[in-house]
Formats: sequence, structure tokens, C-alpha cells
Amino acid sequence: MICIIDYGMGNVKSVQNAILKLGGQAEISSDAHKINSAEGLILPGVGAFGVAMDNLKSRSLIEVLKEQVLTQKKPILGVCLGMQLFATHSTELGNHKGLDWIPGDVDLLDSNKGKLQIPHVGWNNVEFDSQAGLFEKLTSESHFYFDHSFHFKTDKKYVLATAKYGEDINAIVKKENIIGVQFHPEKSQGSGLKLLRGFLNYVEKENHTRRSH
Amino acid sequence: MLKKRIIPVVLIKNGIVVQSIGFNKYLPVGKPEIAVDFLNQWGADEISVVDMDATRNGKIDFEALTRISQKCLVPITYGGGIQNTEAMVRAVQAGADKVMINSAILKEPKLITEGAKLLGEQCIVVSVDAKKDSDGVYKAYDHLARKVTAQKVLDTCLVAQESGAGEIFLNSVDHDGSKKGFDLKLAEEICSKLKIPITICGGANHPDDFAAALKIKNISGVAAANFFQYTEHSVTVLKSYLKKHTQADLRLDSYCTYNDTDFLKDGRLARKSDDRLKELLFEYHKKEVI
Repeated sequence: MICIIDYGMGNVKSVQNAILKLGGQAEISSDAHKINSAEGLILPGVGAFGVAMDNLKSRSLIEVLKEQVLTQKKPILGVCLGMQLFATHSTELGNHKGLDWIPGDVDLLDSNKGKLQIPHVGWNNVEFDSQAGLFEKLTSESHFYFDHSFHFKTDKKYVLATAKYGEDINAIVKKENIIGVQFHPEKSQGSGLKLLRGFLNYVEKENHTRRSH
Repeated sequence: MLKKRIIPVVLIKNGIVVQSIGFNKYLPVGKPEIAVDFLNQWGADEISVVDMDATRNGKIDFEALTRISQKCLVPITYGGGIQNTEAMVRAVQAGADKVMINSAILKEPKLITEGAKLLGEQCIVVSVDAKKDSDGVYKAYDHLARKVTAQKVLDTCLVAQESGAGEIFLNSVDHDGSKKGFDLKLAEEICSKLKIPITICGGANHPDDFAAALKIKNISGVAAANFFQYTEHSVTVLKSYLKKHTQADLRLDSYCTYNDTDFLKDGRLARKSDDRLKELLFEYHKKEVI
């Protein structure tokens, strides 16, 4: 069972629809028991960084998630804003502290002196540095749907794939069991389903390993 | 590289998808969830769902929106009857990825700002209806009052941008349903002055109309409603045509393509050659398993 964290940010149902389409099981919840018993977690999110952090706090989710992700090493997939929340710090509408699970900053995209439109919205292909044994079905011809004005800047060693929009935008990041994607796999048709399949397979594998220990 | 978007618009009246003829006659097409499911499978980059009754009735059918979005694996923009932030949030919870607010409510641009704060700027699409006045200046059109306002379209768009809109959906009232192609002059004028993505809509009749619109510098999306109805694989066919005849940067990763087919002058598919048809008899296309 995958638990899609409900913290009042954005269209969470479409993430669930995509998982169900793959034959997986997913429920949307902010209940600590459900989060603790889930095999994998998805942190979705559309909206503003500050509001999202406040919502996580007011629902007392931060400690619960920390225990599951940092201590229990449960696989988690952050989508769009969910991925950005993994960062140390964000400058979206003020200065905000993030979860600080993957060191890095969330900053406004560079419009290259007004030559590029912001937000970066639409379908873009991603270049893989590494598929990390998870995303072999995806290639540099795989297109994903992006829709964001801010992006996650982090050390190259955590970056699996980038998209070109003026500068290189970190599209997929991974640090141990923490995976983040800047685009919306749940809205990226076949490519998105393949990415989610990769995550589901990873969850299954990790779960198997943890059980046999 | 970021691709240009092809965006079918699904118009809903009395709960069913319609083809609109000059905003006063409507032909029924079918259930919205089925129309959206097909457009999704045919490789639409995004789908706009517009309920034409919602504003007048003062009611949004969130249940229908939930049904529509269930099978859709591309972004959905919902428009119609969005008058406050509560409606925006409910539309997003029902499955919309973005909400469209019509510029008719631009007397209150605060709504854009409040919506952007709550849902992020990328979630707020402002739809601007443009109509040329007698002096040839594009003015914002109030579709509720059915009259041209005094405000220039460019100013309306700039106000929307400053208030926090993530995108502009630019609709030409003069070209809408006219089948005379997109209003390229309008699109060029707005695209050259704005910093946020622009989608143009109204007047599509032939794939070449899309080709012309996609050449406009900085255009982000090209949208049409009637064009995509009543034709099998309409989006796939259009994209295959554009791939063959233009340099447009489009996403072409739908499972089905028409790369082996020629087109007639009117942009419709030509019959495949006898040789190709013979080959097809022996080709086996396995269903893709994800």
C-alpha cells in the first residue's frame, strides 16, 4: 500500500488514479497510523512552499514523516512542490525552511533576461545521468509535464535527470530512499506511468529487503 | 527542450459535450468523460474543460469534473463559474490541475492574487476574450454582458500577469467558430509583450492554421474546440501532419502515429498506399505494457 500524504495541497486524486491504473494500491491520508503502515509514501503538492510547510506542521506530519523516511528508510516520492520541500531552504514568496532531507535551495527560475517565460509549463524531455536501476524504461525521448516557477538546486551527486529550459533544471533527484521529481508523472501519460512503475517496483523491492532482515 | 502544446477544448452545455456554432447553435457530441478519455489517448498535451452554463447557473458540477479527470493522464484546466477561491480549491480537489477564470471578472483582479497565493501562480489561467473594435484595436469582450468593454486586451493581460496569473488563454471572439484560422496578429501582439505563457484559441479549421500559430515567437499553446470533435484520432492526425510539414517542436510520443500516411489538401488523412496496406496485414503491434 502506498500512502499519498494529504496536507491540503493540490490535486492529490490524480496521483491516486495513476497508481490505481498501474494496478497498485494507494490511499490518500494524513493519518499517522496509515503513514506508518504504508510500504511507500508519495508527497504530492501544488502550491506555495510556505503554505505547504505550514500545512505539514499544523497537521503534525513532519515528525511522523521524519521517523518513516530518515530512520525507517521508507521509500518516498516527492512530486513537484513535494520534491522541493525536501530542500534546505526556499525563496518562494519570502524565506522558508524546508525539510532539509536533500541539501539544496529552491529558487526562482532564471528567465534569461526575460527571454524565457515563467512558469516553465508544458512537456519537456529529460536527459538521464543515471537511471539508478529504477527508470530503465525511460529514455531521453521521454516527455514529462512540467509546471513550475521555482526549481530545486542541489549537488550533482543527487541528480538523476535534468530538463533544459535555458539552464539545466533538476528533473529527478535521489538521495538514498528519497526520490523527487519536478514534473508531474501523474499527468505525463505513458512516460509518467513508467516512472511511477519504477517507483512501485522500488517500493516492493525495499519492502522485501526490510522484511527479510 | 520545451515543446509547444496542442490543447483541445471540451465545451460542456447541459452536462454534455457540444460543438458550438457561433455561440448560439449547439450540436451534441457526447459524454464529457468519454470525450476527455479519447483526447487523452490521442496525445493531447493538455485538455481544457469549459462548462458554458456554470456562470449563468451559478453552479459548478464538481461531480462531473471528478468523473472527467479520473481517466485523464494529461493536465486538465477547468473553466466555468469560478467566482471565488473556494470554487478554485474545490475544482482542484475534484481533479482539475488548473482553473480558468474569465477576464469578465477582472474588475476584481484580487481573485487572481488570492488564488495564486493559495494554489500557486501556475494553477491560475486567465481567459481573455478579444474583439476588434471599429478602430481595429483589440478590446476585452465581456461575454456575460455580450459587449465589448473599453479596456484594451493588452492591458487586461498585463493586469492579469501582474496580479499573479500563471498563463493567459487568449480567445478571439471574431475568429471563434469562423473557421478562418487563428487571429495571428492578436497572438503576436500579446505574446511579444507578456512574460507568462500564452495559448491562442479561436478559428482553427485546417492543420496549416496550427502551423501558422505555432510559428509565433513565444507562443506556448494552440487550442481549439470544434476542430477536435467528430474526427477519429484528431490530435494524433494533427500532430503527424505538423511533424511532416513543419518544424514545430511538438511532443510526439503517443503510442499510435500516422507517420506512414499522406494527407489530402484539406488536411485529412489520405488512404495508405496499397503496398503499405499489404505490409500492415503482416505487422503485429503488441500492446505496450507499462
